[in-house]
Amino acid sequence: MIVADRKPIEEIIEEVKDHEKILILGCNECVTVCEAGGKKEVGVLASALRMYFLNQGREVKIDEKTLERQCDHEYLEEIRDVMDQYDSVVSLACGVGVQFMAEKYHDCPIYPGVDTCFLGATEKRGLWTERCQACGQCILARTGGICPVSRCAKRILNGPCGGSTNGKCEINKELDCAWQLIIDRLKALGKIDEYEKLSPLKDWSTERAGGPRKVVREDVQE
Amino acid sequence: MQYPPDIKIILVPCTGKIDVLHILHAFEKGADGVYAVGCMEGDCHYNSGNFRARKRVEQAQKILDIIGIGGERAQMYNLSSSEGPRFAQFAVEMEERIRKLGPNPIKLAKKKAA
Repeated sequence: MIVADRKPIEEIIEEVKDHEKILILGCNECVTVCEAGGKKEVGVLASALRMYFLNQGREVKIDEKTLERQCDHEYLEEIRDVMDQYDSVVSLACGVGVQFMAEKYHDCPIYPGVDTCFLGATEKRGLWTERCQACGQCILARTGGICPVSRCAKRILNGPCGGSTNGKCEINKELDCAWQLIIDRLKALGKIDEYEKLSPLKDWSTERAGGPRKVVREDVQE
Repeated sequence: MQYPPDIKIILVPCTGKIDVLHILHAFEKGADGVYAVGCMEGDCHYNSGNFRARKRVEQAQKILDIIGIGGERAQMYNLSSSEGPRFAQFAVEMEERIRKLGPNPIKLAKKKAA
C-alpha cells in the first residue's frame, strides 16, 4: 500500500489559517491502514484545529468526512453537493488523492494533510517499510520475491557489490544487503543455479526516470 | 475522605477504552482538565489497557501543547482499585494543578464570541 505520515499540525495550520470554512477529508484505504489519514486522524485533526482557532478568537467551520478512496471519480463525486459550503479542503489522502481532488474541484484550494512516503507494508503496528518502487518491470520471479530495485542501495541486478559485509549494506549497518537476502532465499527455494544466470539490461524507461507514466487497457475501456 | 466537588467522574470498564478523541472533545466542549485513572502498570485486568491509555494521554498532551491549550491539562494516573485515599489525593492534586493553570482558554473565547 501507499505509506504516508501525518503532517505536523503547525504546518497544516499555516496552510489553512486564512480560511473560514474548511473540510477535512480522509481516505478509507492506505492512509487508514498506516494511521495517517483515516476517519480517526480526521477527527483528531479537526478537533485540534477547532480548538486552535477558538483559542485565536475565531469561530472557523471545520467539518469532517472520510471517503472510501480519493483516486476514483465515483467517490469524489459523492461530495459534489456539499463542496460549495467550503472555501478550502485539507485532504488526508495520499498525493494521488490530493491531486485528483484538485483536478475535480479546481475552484477550491485543496491542501495536503499527510506526507506521502513510499509503497510498503506493515511489518508490525507502527512500523511500515518500503518494498516497491514501481519500476514498471517486475523481476521478482528471478530474485526469489525480494526486490533489488527498491531494497538494494545501488539497484544492481546481478549479485551483491563489494560493500556487502556480513549480510549488511555498506551505506548503513542496519540495512540488510538485498542481494544477500536474495541468495539466501534462492538457496532455500532450491533455485540457486538460477542465480548464475545473468540478468539482461533492465529497461528503465518504464521507471519514473522516463517521465510520468500511464497504463492503458483498451480492452476494458468504453 | 473527601475530594473536590468540581470533578466529574466518567466510568469506563478499562482506561484502554479511552480514545484520544474523547480527551480532545472534552477540551473542545470546555473542560478545564481531563485525567485518566487506571490500574497499576502490570496489573491491568485486560493486560495492556492502561498502557494504551498512557500513550493516548501523551498523544493528547502533545496536541494540546501545539494548539496552545497546554498539555499539562491532561494527565494519567495509576492506582489499585482499593486505594481510596490515593484516588482522593490524585483528585486534589489535579484540581490544584488546574486551578493554577486557570480555566480552559476556549471557554473564555467562546464567551467573547457569544
